[in-house]
Amino acid sequence: MSLSIFFQNLINAISLGFLFALIAIGYTMVYGVLRLINFAHGDIFMMAAFFVFYTMTIFSLPWGIACLVAIVLTMLLGLSVERVAYRPLRNAPRISSLCSAIGVSFLLENFAVVVFGGRPKSFYCPEFFTKTFILGGVRVLGINFVTPLVSIVFLSLLSYLVYRTKNGLAMRAISKDFDTARLMGINIDRTISFTFMIGSGLAAVGAILWASRYPQIWPFMGVFPGWRAFTAAIIGGIGSIRGAMVGGFLVGFISIMLVAFLPELAGYKDAFIFIALILVLLFKPEGLFGEE
Amino acid sequence: MLKVDNLNVYYGGIHALKGISFEVEEGKIVTLIGANGAGKSTTLKTICSLVKAKEGKIIFKDQEITNLSTEQIVKRGLVLIPEGRKIFPNLTVQENLALGAFIREDKEKIAQDQEWVGELFPRLKERWWQKGGTLSGGEQQMLAVARGLMSRPQLLMLDEPSLGLAPLLVKEIFEIIQQIHREGITILLVEQNAFAALKLADYAYVLETGRLVLQGKGEELLQKEEVRKAYLGE
Ligand SMILES: Nc1ncnc2c1ncn2[C@@H]1O[C@H](COP(=O)(O)OP(=O)(O)O)[C@@H](O)[C@H]1O
Ligand SMILES: [Mg+2]
Repeated sequence: MSLSIFFQNLINAISLGFLFALIAIGYTMVYGVLRLINFAHGDIFMMAAFFVFYTMTIFSLPWGIACLVAIVLTMLLGLSVERVAYRPLRNAPRISSLCSAIGVSFLLENFAVVVFGGRPKSFYCPEFFTKTFILGGVRVLGINFVTPLVSIVFLSLLSYLVYRTKNGLAMRAISKDFDTARLMGINIDRTISFTFMIGSGLAAVGAILWASRYPQIWPFMGVFPGWRAFTAAIIGGIGSIRGAMVGGFLVGFISIMLVAFLPELAGYKDAFIFIALILVLLFKPEGLFGEE
Repeated sequence: MLKVDNLNVYYGGIHALKGISFEVEEGKIVTLIGANGAGKSTTLKTICSLVKAKEGKIIFKDQEITNLSTEQIVKRGLVLIPEGRKIFPNLTVQENLALGAFIREDKEKIAQDQEWVGELFPRLKERWWQKGGTLSGGEQQMLAVARGLMSRPQLLMLDEPSLGLAPLLVKEIFEIIQQIHREGITILLVEQNAFAALKLADYAYVLETGRLVLQGKGEELLQKEEVRKAYLGE
């Protein structure tokens, strides 16, 4: 393998790593505050892509505006899912909300099949994204410039929110202890809504970048990215934002590098992701950055 | 300042508080003593709405607060320092204090108050950027008190602040409570350490399996034989 091909793959892996990180954060944040795996997260991701699609086709809005609208709609969707499917079960046994999460996942997927149709639709993205640039012999797709840049912007915003604002402080407090957080005057419901909105917003950003990279959208497009991002969150240590980022990168690298270096094993990509998961859990059951 | 009337609380089938009524007068230190499981923590938790009362009324500063949320109660100046410290182990000392001030918007005053609790607890000041979980038990209790003060309470309720502390630290905590009281904060103190609490308190109530069985001035109760037998181990 020549050096330029290696760099090409490296850039690809970084790009995909950022995408998984963006999605994985949604899993990890919700788990952090509610101890719940939001199985609907991958489908919220899917809905975001359709929000862009329909905002553009129905309202004929330009792409950039459609993306903003879709991000806002996805945040509202995440907020509503929590209101309707999780909040009423907050004091019920954990298995109930888990079932509810799986139910929401099926509901969104089937809703999409019925309303949007099962046939893949092509996703518009700016020309720049699909253009190939040649830099010192390395071929780079436009989207591979855009993804890391956009991701860095949103991940920095997230860090600022979580570590520098009152809402972020409230989030970190309720992740430890609801009652004591209440004694500080924190509104638990509002903080949980906030968490779902942020996680869903990042999933929407991920979905737009994902659909620009693989420009076909369909009702089950969230399933595999969702599972891989979920695995990434576990590898990194579920509940830890830093862990979700690192886990996302690891999964991104395995996905790309395996295909590049051992093409005959490409079909076993997911198997390798899970082997990584098992190895991490064997030596560090709480994940790379998780707390015991 | 605080008036509790015929409070009844159940945990499922357990009748934890069986119609208790008491008062905390403004500017006083009032203590609630009783054995383990008597219902002391339940009383405090019900007052700040972490546990819901089945029956009864809670009045704070002439307004009924029985059905308010914890958030609203804290905003009115009624603050609880819970049993077992309950500091946030994943957050720094500074962040824990910021949480105490969560309901406040007056940035400058918050900064002043941080200075103030720093003087009150010099040992915390040295550990400003340390995670709460890395502090010793005594330091965590100091942090819990400091965090409570950051809410600028008018009535501060403390649930067994001396629990599990070495005798020297117990003394220090009781001195700090007195100091806080001198700053004009009314205190409702729950203790198993009846001797220390009674010595400190203006007025005291004795709780026994969900019922108030005795009340009186702190000094008076200290002299009573039944109190000495049951709570002072004589
Ligand atoms: N969360 C709970 N669920 C069920 N029973 C409880 C709960 N908390 C306290 N109790 C019961 O209520 C009674 C009073 O408890 P508590 O208020 O904690 O007593 P104290 O603080 O005086 O030690 C005890 O019998 C205790 O077992
Ligand atoms: Mg107690």
